[in-house]
Amino acid sequence: MAAPENPQTSTLRYAFGNVLSIFILLLIGVLAFSIRLFSVIKYESVIHEFDPYFNYRVTQYLIKTGVYDFWNWFDDRTWYPLGRVIGGTVYPGLTLTAGALWKILNSLNIPLSVETVCVFTAPIFSAFASWAAYLLTKEVKGVGAGLTAAALLAMVPSYISRSVAGSYDNEAVAIFALIFTFYLYVKTLNTGSLFYATLNAMAYFYMVCSWGGYTFIINLIPMHVLLCIVTGRYSSRLYIAYAPLVVLGTLLASLVPVVGFNAVMTSEHFASFLVFLVIHVVALVYYVKGILTPQMFKVAVTLIVSVGLIVCVAVLAVLIALVASSPTKGWSGRSLSLLDPTYASKYIPIIASVSEHQPPTWPSYFMDINVLAFLVPAGIIACFSPLSDASSFAVLYIVTSVYFSGVMVRLMLVLAPAACIISGIALSEAFDVLTRSIKYQFHDKTENPQLNSGDTSNNSRTDEVKMEKSEDSLKERSSRKNKKKAKETEKASVISQIEQRLLVLPFEASFIAIFLLILLGAFYVVHSVWAAAEAYSAPSIVLTSRSHDGLHVFDDFREAYGWLRHNTEVDDKVASWWDYGYQTTAMANRTVIVDNNTWNNTHIATVGTAMSSPEKAAWEIFNSLDVKYVLVVFGGLVGYPSDDINKFLWMVRIGGGVFPHIKEPDYLRDGQYRIDSQATPTMLNCLMYKLSYYRFVETDGKGYDRVRHTEIGKKYFKLTHFEEVFTTHHWMVRIYKLKPPRNRIRGKTKKSKTVKSYSKRSGAKKNPWH
Amino acid sequence: MQCDLCILKPHQSHQSQISSSVHYLLVTEIISAADPKMKRFRFDLSLFILLGFCMLFSPAVSSLVISQLDRKIDLSSHIVRSTVSLKVENNGDDSVSEVLLPFTEKQAKSLAFLTASIGEGKGKAKGSFDSVPLKPVNPEGMNPKLTWYSVSLRKELLKGGSITLEVKAVYAQILRPFPEKITQADVQLVSFEESACYLSPYAVNVQLLTVKLPEPKVESYTKLDISKFSGSEIKYGPYENIAPFSSIPITVHYVNNHPFSVARELVREIEISHWGNVQVTESYNLVHAGAEITGEFSRLDYQARPHVRGASAFRNLVAKLPPRAHSIYFRDEIGNISTSNVWSDSTKTLLEIEPRYPMFGGWRSSFTVGYGLPLQDFLFLSEGKRVLDISFGCPMNEVVIENLTVKIVLPEGSNDISASVPFPIEQQSQETKFSHLDMVGRPVVVLEKKNVVPEHNQHFQVSYQFSNLSLLREPIMLVFGFFLFFVACIAYAHADLTISKSSSSYLSKLQWDEVQTAIQQFQNVMNRCLIIHDKLEASLRDLSRTGDLQTCKAARKAADSTLKELSKELKPLLSFLQSSSQATQLLPKVDELVSKEKELQEKLMLKHSTVTDSYEKKSGGREIENRVASIQQKISVLRQEVDDLLEVIDI
Repeated sequence: MAAPENPQTSTLRYAFGNVLSIFILLLIGVLAFSIRLFSVIKYESVIHEFDPYFNYRVTQYLIKTGVYDFWNWFDDRTWYPLGRVIGGTVYPGLTLTAGALWKILNSLNIPLSVETVCVFTAPIFSAFASWAAYLLTKEVKGVGAGLTAAALLAMVPSYISRSVAGSYDNEAVAIFALIFTFYLYVKTLNTGSLFYATLNAMAYFYMVCSWGGYTFIINLIPMHVLLCIVTGRYSSRLYIAYAPLVVLGTLLASLVPVVGFNAVMTSEHFASFLVFLVIHVVALVYYVKGILTPQMFKVAVTLIVSVGLIVCVAVLAVLIALVASSPTKGWSGRSLSLLDPTYASKYIPIIASVSEHQPPTWPSYFMDINVLAFLVPAGIIACFSPLSDASSFAVLYIVTSVYFSGVMVRLMLVLAPAACIISGIALSEAFDVLTRSIKYQFHDKTENPQLNSGDTSNNSRTDEVKMEKSEDSLKERSSRKNKKKAKETEKASVISQIEQRLLVLPFEASFIAIFLLILLGAFYVVHSVWAAAEAYSAPSIVLTSRSHDGLHVFDDFREAYGWLRHNTEVDDKVASWWDYGYQTTAMANRTVIVDNNTWNNTHIATVGTAMSSPEKAAWEIFNSLDVKYVLVVFGGLVGYPSDDINKFLWMVRIGGGVFPHIKEPDYLRDGQYRIDSQATPTMLNCLMYKLSYYRFVETDGKGYDRVRHTEIGKKYFKLTHFEEVFTTHHWMVRIYKLKPPRNRIRGKTKKSKTVKSYSKRSGAKKNPWH
Repeated sequence: MQCDLCILKPHQSHQSQISSSVHYLLVTEIISAADPKMKRFRFDLSLFILLGFCMLFSPAVSSLVISQLDRKIDLSSHIVRSTVSLKVENNGDDSVSEVLLPFTEKQAKSLAFLTASIGEGKGKAKGSFDSVPLKPVNPEGMNPKLTWYSVSLRKELLKGGSITLEVKAVYAQILRPFPEKITQADVQLVSFEESACYLSPYAVNVQLLTVKLPEPKVESYTKLDISKFSGSEIKYGPYENIAPFSSIPITVHYVNNHPFSVARELVREIEISHWGNVQVTESYNLVHAGAEITGEFSRLDYQARPHVRGASAFRNLVAKLPPRAHSIYFRDEIGNISTSNVWSDSTKTLLEIEPRYPMFGGWRSSFTVGYGLPLQDFLFLSEGKRVLDISFGCPMNEVVIENLTVKIVLPEGSNDISASVPFPIEQQSQETKFSHLDMVGRPVVVLEKKNVVPEHNQHFQVSYQFSNLSLLREPIMLVFGFFLFFVACIAYAHADLTISKSSSSYLSKLQWDEVQTAIQQFQNVMNRCLIIHDKLEASLRDLSRTGDLQTCKAARKAADSTLKELSKELKPLLSFLQSSSQATQLLPKVDELVSKEKELQEKLMLKHSTVTDSYEKKSGGREIENRVASIQQKISVLRQEVDDLLEVIDI
């Protein structure tokens, strides 16, 4: 029955299989790219949100001046008067990638603007990421699982949220780098090839260049190595996969200016060095075990253990002393808040004030990974049958990333690829079992209908299965080109051969199960497309609302930035809350006091204090910072909820953290934050309130705030030290200018202060900029 | 702010005409100083005195006399348009072939456009005017502060002959906002300075000046003897017998809320694609050149009463694009600007654009407008050359452009390029632009002009030669590129890129491959053996069910023969494995497998024959089971071992 097939036809069949999977991968890439274009189609080809504007600006600088100037770039447009060393404080991966892309395209005479390249970098890299997911999953569980995982990753909402066209952020390339590094690690683990180990270090380097999340890699891989050692899976392949990565990876990582010596000096990296030590000890032990007799080995073990313990304790003591001497125990704030989720809210209001650093809620899991959440457990089970090095890595990856995503919403992004890979394995295994059962049932029914009863049928079915299997294996064997691929599938097939005796399900059951799985997949697709189209494609600088008379566009932010760009002096300083810092420098090209980099808490606290002080004190703070314009975001007229009044308590908190005269309770009435007539006088007199609601009452006569749903407390007031110079069409951005101090020529008694500030002012006026 | 002054060469032929030297000093006519408000204005006295001074020494008057002069100055927008119709008579003896038009320094600075046309004889019908060439000249002995243009007449003006000349001049940015800074609530006032009598080197018999204002609101104007303000017009004159170079300065200070839209720079790029599209990209650097806004800008006031609080601001601009314009966009460096509207009909496409914010005095903005046009509307074939015929200036209404650069990007491979513009331009050059998939670059004709007003919005022509075959260059290049790529892929897939074919690792790899195939074949054989074993078992079960001894025996026979064949197949494989050095590690396992399989086979045969024997003897089912039980046990153990071994040798 098992007639050996013509080798030629089988070769053709495999070639066809290869072409088919390449074609499917290509389509997956197209899908990953095009599902992220909703933002361009629905809105426009524009950079989104806040951080991407900074990255965009850095890329422009890079392209304009070249790489060397980029490394040495001291940016005097931000953090006035401190400035910021950009070259040494950014992860350059994204910028260099987009810059290189632009250079290549332009050298091919394809004249794309920098903006276009930046906008489409993220979709391109998400296509790459899904291909990398295919490679990784293929190493773990074979081609089928790989393709499924790639398809899932191409449209996982969590990843879409960070990589729609225009979302030009580090994560866009970092997720690709992360998955690709993991793939190379697993590949090295499977092959034991030094070539892949070196590539792995390079991929790790790229990841270090791209995102601070590289510490996840440098902690996860040691964990896996340790797991392998503990479970007795040590092999030379493991050594080759790990040791070069640590050595080369650390060397390369310290080449990135923003990491530098942190690569050997901070606690985030210590785990890798510890495991590096452990793996060498284990390697030594295995070697010694090989050359010694069992008795001798026992003696040696006792000797080494006693000496080793003493050394270890000593080293540990030194390490602990070193680490303990630094205030944060050598951990950065964000990493600490990973280990202790309550850390940030207790100590660092700036980290806590960012919504993406909050722990996620259950609905956000459903929103971000949807049905994958249900498939993951099945996938984990599939990974355990049988447990290989690679599949244990996958399990470890998902378990750790689930933990991290539970701490910070932002890290949902790390969970997403893991969930896709595991779910891909689950789906592919399930389809495998179900389709096979259907196939053999079908064979049974058509070929031996008379035997279809009792255990005979069962037996013959098994025969059939085996026949098919051997046929399969024959085909696989005969194709020499696919040896490597065949190896894995063959392994799986031998195992499934045993399993198949158990896993043949009734025809109807498997048919329904397949139907349900397809339905599940369809739900996932529908949800992902919805998420891509509706939830995650808004660029946040352009808002739209649909009313009965059609689409209404709120383009106030760019209106204000455009106005600043064209109608103020080049060197004017603009103060605003730090959220708008990056956008102001990038779109308005004006110097800002603080921006989204938040590296200097005191400086931010100064701005926070100014915003929460009364007008005169605020004017003095701003004047001392050489500020000429103050920009506030106000949503009360159109009901835009994330405006400065809603963020105001954070300004008070951060300001109060440094300047104790700002006290949060002063702004709260009975612990409640309010701006109506019940609000405290401190609140009603602070600069933020005044700048937001200046002449607001004249719009409708009552001063009804559409965000807070209340009438404002203090309705009629005048500004003495600021004057309104620009307010956008929907009042969402209001820009005020600091008035020059009043020219008071009076008796000599009061001269000291005013004259001093005036002379300062006039000195500034003589500045050669004008 | 310069007008067309590039070729000022001395002009000799004037000396003959400018003969005698009759002078009139005009000091008495300086300022009657009627209105006290007028003192606010600073008159350009120095120029005025200088004018009179120079007249003393210049041989200014020729035989020409202007018998009637009618001047209309239109101040209704921020562009000043003056139309002068002169009736010129030749009272001298010689015939005259040209008429001189002088402009003061200030006028010359902002003179943007100048045409002259001649009506024959006394014909006043407008249709009979045809335009005559004008050229800048520099007559000797004249005041160097004046700029001269000469109108060359087609027919020489004979003695006693007369001609009607109509001169149209357009001045950009000659209005001065006064006060220079206003608040949001103020109206914009501008002042305009002129002379009540026409500056001319010839004596004028009768002249009349009419100044047209945008609205009947005037802050102040110079009141002369014969002046009249009615409606929105101010009339000066008629004045009679005015000497050459006379000047009576007047100032009109009036309300002008017209948008003072000035483009500091405009770059128009017109890119021709022979695939059927003309892509026009215009980047503006716009400013409101009126009175600057000072103090607060309150959106509240502006929104509540836009025509009172923000009268001088302009909200939008209207561009009149050619018909069938498509793919229109409007954006700036930070993205799309969503406030624009398009209306189109068969004769034009109206595009209304609104900058991001209302433009108050002194506010600047920059943006880009782009649109595509159908190629067949603008490109024509004439005398073997292709001619592009498209408008020169900007399509916006009433915009003054300080520096206009028009770039015409021709398709790659065009040659023999020439451009012709109906009016003088500052500079014409050529450059190369690299765009999609270019090899040598596209030739770009660059035309630069300063002080451009809507009157310059005339068609100009660029002719070039282009062969249709060049059109296929890029597609062919792409096809070839992809072809090469695929060929390279095929070559890579078929080529063995091993560096050293004799190295030991390469050889051992080859050997290892052979061993692997051998092992695979071996496994196949083993699997088939196992399948036959299963079949035998199955036949036994059938026997127990049906009692059909014959089929069972037949199955046995078939199995025997296949197993023999298989063992034959196995032999060469085993001998190869034994001989191969690479297989030494695997060999013991393989041998073990073979022996185990043999044993299994024997046991199975034994079982089979025992069962069939028992059936032949018609023993009871239980008896058979008892007899077979021990063998069955061994068989299952062996089977397990064989399966395990098969898994082990799997590489």
